[in-house]
Amino acid sequence: MPSVIKNRAISEDRWQHLADDAELPSGPVIVSLARWRRDRATLQDRGEPVGVRLPNTVNVADLAADLPTLALVALEFPKFTDGRAYSQARLLRERYGYRGEIRAVGDVLRDQLRFMARSGFDAFELRADRNLEDALEAFGEFSDSYQPAADQPLPLYRRGR
Amino acid sequence: MYQYDSYDQTLVDERVAQYRGQVQRYLAGELSDDEFRPLRLMNGLYLQRHAPMLRVAIPYGLLSSEQLRALAHIARRYDRGFGHFTTRQNIQYNWPKLEDTPDILAELARVEMHAIQTSGNCIRNVTADHLSGVAPDEIEDPRIYCEIIRQWSTFHPEFSYLPRKFKIAVTGAIHDRVAAQVHDIGLNLLRNDLGEIGFRVLVGGGLGRTPIIGQVIREFLPQRDLLSYLEAILRVYNQHGRRDNIYKARIKILVKALGAAVFRQQVEAEWAQIKDSGLVLDAAEVERVRRYFAPPPYQPDAAEDLSFPQWLKADPAFAAWVRHNVAAHKVSGYRNVFVALKEPGTPPGDITAGQMDTVADLADRYSFGQIRSTHHQNLLLADVRQANLYPLWHALQSQKLAAPVIGTLADMICCPGLDFCSLANASSIAIAQQINEKFDRLDYLYDLGELRLNMSGCMNACGHHHVGHIGILGVDKKGEEWYQISLGGSSENDVTLGDILGPSVPKAEVANTLERILGVYVAQREDGERFLDTFRRIGLEPFRTRAYAPGSNEAKQEEERYAIGY
Repeated sequence: MPSVIKNRAISEDRWQHLADDAELPSGPVIVSLARWRRDRATLQDRGEPVGVRLPNTVNVADLAADLPTLALVALEFPKFTDGRAYSQARLLRERYGYRGEIRAVGDVLRDQLRFMARSGFDAFELRADRNLEDALEAFGEFSDSYQPAADQPLPLYRRGR
Repeated sequence: MYQYDSYDQTLVDERVAQYRGQVQRYLAGELSDDEFRPLRLMNGLYLQRHAPMLRVAIPYGLLSSEQLRALAHIARRYDRGFGHFTTRQNIQYNWPKLEDTPDILAELARVEMHAIQTSGNCIRNVTADHLSGVAPDEIEDPRIYCEIIRQWSTFHPEFSYLPRKFKIAVTGAIHDRVAAQVHDIGLNLLRNDLGEIGFRVLVGGGLGRTPIIGQVIREFLPQRDLLSYLEAILRVYNQHGRRDNIYKARIKILVKALGAAVFRQQVEAEWAQIKDSGLVLDAAEVERVRRYFAPPPYQPDAAEDLSFPQWLKADPAFAAWVRHNVAAHKVSGYRNVFVALKEPGTPPGDITAGQMDTVADLADRYSFGQIRSTHHQNLLLADVRQANLYPLWHALQSQKLAAPVIGTLADMICCPGLDFCSLANASSIAIAQQINEKFDRLDYLYDLGELRLNMSGCMNACGHHHVGHIGILGVDKKGEEWYQISLGGSSENDVTLGDILGPSVPKAEVANTLERILGVYVAQREDGERFLDTFRRIGLEPFRTRAYAPGSNEAKQEEERYAIGY
């Protein structure tokens, strides 16, 4: 079973990414937005957790009504320099109050993990060629932040600076 | 000026450690070039033509004498003994070694400095009027808000991988001295009818390949809403700015594509959701930061000094320097003194380590230990008693920092160009030299009056050529350096983009062409008209017909264009 960083620790990944035409296996699955819309009833009837993978061009508001039924939302980084998913993650957490897992997928690298975590991501599928142990160090590089984000609703100056 | 507390200091120290690790991993082959690039850029490090270039942040252009000495030390120890001030008030070193850059950052951190977000697709150093706090026409000190924006934008988790770079400038005076209208966001401080402080918000200005003047999307944004409104603008841009083409990725292209009205609606809709969040800027924080920018202890009797008017009469060279390099101050008996980095024979904006040390010492002696860098690539001592102007002038002269040319043709803005920059198509420093040699007579420069000459070595427009009264753009023509000239630009309140004169001219002909253009101005000007005023009155045509050398290919091309009514 592959590993994933979850809540700042390495753990075995019980989730499977499912292609749109693949047969449904047992266990938790992550499907595309298209498949979620097509097979929603079937996916929910299984009684197993379901996650949806959102392209970074999708307005997360379109998924707002479904969020209570989703255990995971995967947000994509097609290239690590494409930062649209940071906004999606913050909106999911801060505007839509989503409490499930937000997972970074795609070109996910150590040097962006802290920005992702602050934006609301709590799970990270690192690019396959990367060492997860090394990547964990990214979370400890800074002890505080000036601005509010998904992990901290108040700016530094309003926290007894 | 702003002083770090333990939080600020910890953050820059942690940044040094993080960056040191990134450099180590890069050198060990654990990070590819592509992976390291945005990391180093967010620390101001470019890999250039000859060596890396390191851009150090000077937030809103304000330096202490201790910081300037640290910059001098870095120039000596890690570079070739000089630095280059940029139009965005930062300093660049052209010869550091990549391996040394973590140590340079550590040296900077010791004096509360850094290179955070001086490049990369993130929110860059916020610039401000170099006369902040001392300008007679100031409404409110913009540095307070620049520091607040600096903190909000530093390592912003959502906006560190934007479609493209993002530049903010803040003005607090009537006169716009920071080119706010050609920034991604320009903020003009103002007061409403109730006397409350707020901002006029402009978005979507910028130069580069597609020069555009920013548009107002909010006439009055209350102070409390500053950060939430910025966050709303950035969020709309981060989600909708183009990422498929680097040349169409700036916010100006998004604003243009949507139209300012639609863009504004999107921002306002986003803002409505976050305006009462933790981003509300409370008045206590503004006051906390304001205390750092309190006026220095001015002498109440400074204006009573009698030596200054006497020296003005007695020493014409001093009087000429005062007329050009000294600006009015809001406190009676004090003046603002430009430290000119425009010595002929030296690239505009360049300064040696020895000069930096001298300026630091002079700031301690005459200007409360503070120095500012300006958009026009000079330095400024902001709080000089009139009685001290004469000794200060002597001291600056002895260090070649008193060229009495501020505001004249010789006060050029100039990018590093082909000599250093790997983006450049043509050299700009050599052209600056050619112009300095051609126009080396002060009486002629003074006769030409106020003139803004801006020069860029490529269409990325770091030298702001579009908004120079005269703009010069280096272009590559089949491997040769040619120069396109534009006329009539301005980056100030009367902002305009210059009109292209016609065919570009070969390298050897730039100064000669300028001479003919200026000849048209001198012949046609009416009382007291600046070059820009004359241009606006008579238009491009009289300049176009006289600019090219008679018989040259460019002149013939012009005649043909004219003949076919092109």
